[in-house]
Amino acid sequence: MFSKEVTILNATGLHARPASMFVQEAGKYKSEINVIKDGKKINAKSIMGIMAGGISKDTVVTVEADGEDEEQAVNALVELIESKFGEE
Amino acid sequence: MKGIGASPGIAIAKAFVIKHEEIKVNTDKIDDIQNELDRLADALEKSKDQLKKIHEQAVIELGDEEARIFAAHLMVLDDPEYVGQIQEAIKNQSISADNGIKQITDMFVGIFESMDDEYMKERAADIKDVGGRLIRNSLGIKDQDLGAINEDSIIIAYDLTPSDTATMNKQKVLGFATDIGGRTSHTAIMARSLEIPAVLGLKNVTHDTKDGDIVIVDGIDGVVVVNPDEKTMDEYLTKKSEYEAFVKELAQLKDLPAVTLDGHEVELVGNIGTPKDVEGVLRNGGTGVGLYRTEFLYMDSDKMPDEEKQFKAYKEVLESMDGHPVIIRTLDIGGDKKLPYLQLDEEMNPFLGLRAVRLCFVEKNLFKTQLRAILRAGVYGNAHIMFPMISNVTEVKQAKAILEECKEELRNENISFDENIKVGIMVEIPSAAVTADIIASEVDFFSIGTNDLCQYALAVDRMNETVSYLYQPLTPAILRLVKMVIDASHDVEGKFTGMCGELAGDPRAALILLGLGLDEFSMSASSVPQIKKIIRSVNFKDAQEIAKKALGLSTEEEVLAMVGEELEKLDIKLI
Repeated sequence: MFSKEVTILNATGLHARPASMFVQEAGKYKSEINVIKDGKKINAKSIMGIMAGGISKDTVVTVEADGEDEEQAVNALVELIESKFGEE
Repeated sequence: MKGIGASPGIAIAKAFVIKHEEIKVNTDKIDDIQNELDRLADALEKSKDQLKKIHEQAVIELGDEEARIFAAHLMVLDDPEYVGQIQEAIKNQSISADNGIKQITDMFVGIFESMDDEYMKERAADIKDVGGRLIRNSLGIKDQDLGAINEDSIIIAYDLTPSDTATMNKQKVLGFATDIGGRTSHTAIMARSLEIPAVLGLKNVTHDTKDGDIVIVDGIDGVVVVNPDEKTMDEYLTKKSEYEAFVKELAQLKDLPAVTLDGHEVELVGNIGTPKDVEGVLRNGGTGVGLYRTEFLYMDSDKMPDEEKQFKAYKEVLESMDGHPVIIRTLDIGGDKKLPYLQLDEEMNPFLGLRAVRLCFVEKNLFKTQLRAILRAGVYGNAHIMFPMISNVTEVKQAKAILEECKEELRNENISFDENIKVGIMVEIPSAAVTADIIASEVDFFSIGTNDLCQYALAVDRMNETVSYLYQPLTPAILRLVKMVIDASHDVEGKFTGMCGELAGDPRAALILLGLGLDEFSMSASSVPQIKKIIRSVNFKDAQEIAKKALGLSTEEEVLAMVGEELEKLDIKLI
């Protein structure tokens, strides 16, 4: 199990296009990946879960992964969030 | 029956009624849970197969863009959370597969619908569509096969889903009539893209119509007639052939110039809000863009669009207009239009306050970013800059000085731009109209914004129902202002006057505006063919006489009556 805490920086939050970018990235890894918001676990590979999660700008979430590529997965997803999904 | 005409034309055919009957799920406790999980898996498989076929068909018939929605539907069926929660519900609550699908679908639909976000609300509609399909498959309920429609039909439905419109046999579907929906609904958009008439929002059409009834759909006036008598039928057959002749005639005008019988030519151009709108302008034979409203670039964004983003949008429009003039209006914000990321103070009279170019003078960096983007894009076509809400010549000079600053900066940065870009103003404040002769030497063109000009000159808020009757764009007061502006521009060599308010696309105004000497008419693209037809059927010198007559009348009522007679004399029918 590997995890990191990260703050959502882009204006739209994990909505719409950023949500699908995030889910697509998560889908590349074998590990089980969750986003934890306010103690609630959301499956990072589920577009509906992520979009329904209401994860808006300035929310602090934990990205955690469990599996053979857990470290790469968490790092890649945190990096994506920190890159603001290409928004400025 | 009266509804909303969402796509023009008249169709007469037999009714094909789509019944989406109320589906009852089995709410009993279930013992054999494994059986329910298998049913769920079967329903998922079947639904995916159907959607894959629909997707393929949609790609061929509607294109990738329209088909993308079905790829999104497929994603829902593959979503671990959605499917996982349905499985959990079946196991933990010992319920049927259909019941589990319904509960979890309703839950997600509820979450998405409650979000204050248009994008999310659309996703709710998608999930509902997919969930409904999944439940029907789990219960073995067959969809009506709309692909099997084999005689000319009018589709009667509560509402049409994307799945319905994608699968139907479009060769045989001549029109739509639905209980709900408006001009921007999926059904309306589909009808217009298929170019078939549609009347929506009829409330009870599915109830009042049976399969095989003869139905008339009049998308022009928003009327549906079921089982018409002989007299009504004859009336509509006549109206139908008249409309078809009219459309055919307008289509033939597309590539012809807007020139009067005696050889006076004007430009008919389009108003646009985004690069996507250019297609409509070209399709309707518009020879340029007379008003590119740049507000959408700012409003559809959650932050100030940077120079690069604006440059790309302007360049795209200029390139697709292929050398035809494109008048780009600088930011017209304030008044009733606000930006989420730009804090503006509340004003007592926002329409008389800090808006448009006045705001740009205060937010100079914002203004310069836009001017730089337009100047740079100018290299890729025939760009004109237009400043809105100018009230006097000093403001014109001030705006031009800032434009010169931007040019100087670009020169120093070695960035290529259009040195000789044309500059004009929007004439919408009466003081600018009255002093057009003073302003004319400072600009290359005027464009009259009739909506605001009327509001300011007549001191009337047309959204206020108690005074909106005073909003009369053809009243002699406005016509005189219009004439002053046109005359002022023609007194100086090489200048022109356009009009980009609603009046420019109003067939009742066309003869007068032509006669007053208006050089360029800018309107919503769909009005271009009709105005062109009017211009091509008249002599310029007769239009001049009509304009003169109009200026001598006392009220808008008299002007309208006079124009009505003249149009009749010319045998021009308006639809």
